[in-house]
Amino acid sequence: MIEAQQLTKRYGEKTAVDHLDFVVKPGTVTGFLGPNGAGKSTTMRMIVGLDAPTAGTVTVNGRHYAEHSAPLQEVGALLEAKSIHPGRSAFDHLMAQAHTHGIPRRRVEEVVELTGLQSVAKKRAGAFSLGMGQRLGIAAALLGDPATLMLDEPVNGLDPEGVLWIRNLLTQLASEGRTVFVSSHLMSEMALVADHLIIVGRGRLLADTTVQELIRRAGGDSVTVASDQAARLREVLSGPGVEITGAVGTEELQVTGLSARAIGLKAAEHGIPLFELSSRTVSLEQAFMDLTSDAVEYHGTTTVETSRSVA
Amino acid sequence: MTTSTLTESSAAAPTPARPARPQYKVTGRRVLRSEWAKLWSLRSTWITLGLGLLFLVGFGVIASAHYHSDFAAGRPMRRDDANATALSLSLFGTNFAQLALGVLGVLVSAGEYSTGMIRSTLAAVPRRLPVLWSKAAVFGLVALVVATVGVFVAFPVGSSLVSDTPAALSLSHEGVVRSLLGAGLYLGTVGVIGVALGALLRSVAGGIAVLVASLMLVPGLVSLLPTSWQDDISPYLPSNAGESMFALTHDATTLAPVAGGLVFLGWTVLALAGAAYRLVRTDA
Repeated sequence: MIEAQQLTKRYGEKTAVDHLDFVVKPGTVTGFLGPNGAGKSTTMRMIVGLDAPTAGTVTVNGRHYAEHSAPLQEVGALLEAKSIHPGRSAFDHLMAQAHTHGIPRRRVEEVVELTGLQSVAKKRAGAFSLGMGQRLGIAAALLGDPATLMLDEPVNGLDPEGVLWIRNLLTQLASEGRTVFVSSHLMSEMALVADHLIIVGRGRLLADTTVQELIRRAGGDSVTVASDQAARLREVLSGPGVEITGAVGTEELQVTGLSARAIGLKAAEHGIPLFELSSRTVSLEQAFMDLTSDAVEYHGTTTVETSRSVA
Repeated sequence: MTTSTLTESSAAAPTPARPARPQYKVTGRRVLRSEWAKLWSLRSTWITLGLGLLFLVGFGVIASAHYHSDFAAGRPMRRDDANATALSLSLFGTNFAQLALGVLGVLVSAGEYSTGMIRSTLAAVPRRLPVLWSKAAVFGLVALVVATVGVFVAFPVGSSLVSDTPAALSLSHEGVVRSLLGAGLYLGTVGVIGVALGALLRSVAGGIAVLVASLMLVPGLVSLLPTSWQDDISPYLPSNAGESMFALTHDATTLAPVAGGLVFLGWTVLALAGAAYRLVRTDA
């Protein structure tokens, strides 16, 4: 359980995290989404006490991270860049971390095995590939058998096998009742693992929602239908839970709450000719882009088309 | 919050009355243990300590041998050598050893910032200060032991080389053992200062620069000041105060061994206090 209240971090003039309020609950995978520079990493650093908030608080299992007597048992964190000394072997690195908590050598061997590092555990960590480095970071995060797992961009730079491994691991950890908090700037990745989403942009909370809710809110699953009797069609289709939009004088309508099949049947029933009947599923990616388009810090010159939002 | 260990099969997963979770706890002793393990698991530690020991013994022996050959050949003494003793000759390597040990001290702390290791370290010990105290204690002790061993090897060899010269001095001579122990203590403390400077500046290059400047350059700069100022300032500089810990004789321009040791300790405490302040107050 991670609770942030009015969490704020300013660096001089720049506000990296702006009055964030959120709760990350146990037993599910919570995705922490936002474009680059949205304040995700800063928020995570504040959770484990590496950065001090300018204002507000964030607690882990009811207390500030530093107030726990065994912090690694509360939160296992994989933070952005490599947090290792390249000259130390993976095993020695984990062992040094374990010593601080009195974690036995057996547990170190366990996490090495769990992350598939057996063959390279005695090698210098500086020589590790990106994927091996991520595995080592995850091994360190799991070391204390923590109630809360927090991973910053864990799939960055991983090969497909590694991505799949992380996905399964996250799901498994959540099913064991742990709190799993994963950041990403890729909606497509989050959609596969996360049940709940916390979306930020420019340090502000943009949405605290479920995946389904996000799609619904973005006007997903709408049907475009065109007919020369648009006004009549509108009457025929209207009903509870159905939303119809379309500019006056055009032949095109956007319908949500009815399937293309149902619309076709109704139109046929009333003898209304249809020129077009197509359902459109808003991708999560699109929903995310719509939500964060105002909050993207650096726009490329070929900007993403954002005018597609449903009227 | 109930969780099960990862290694259990998922079939045996969350039950309310799950087997007791191991009770881990961060303690001062465990942080010390961790810093000890960290120190020895890097190759640079072994290399640099070896170099320090080599400088200490090697340069002491070379200086003694050189003095002996000058004397035996009847060559005129250089000015420095006129007052030389077996002690000052065999401690000739101190200047070089302090560089090795001080630099390693900087690496112990600043190296964690340059590599990113500090994030792991502080995530495990978020109260932070135990990390600094442990690093300073572990490395200070290691440097002390290495340096003490070094000088107690260098002196017998060096003094046997110059035993038939005016510089001859035996271990039983008054003040010799005190000076040798003082030299070990000085070098151990230089190691602690290195750790403190590294933690204060969070940069390997910056830490080494300040270390070299304060131990080797500042005394030279002070000599540019008017003489009356020099006498007031010079004895209290870290290097001069530290040197009085292992000098055999003391005059009006130097501090007594204990006083010098205390002044040197004062500088060390100052550096550690600065490091502690920065560690607690600024984001990692």
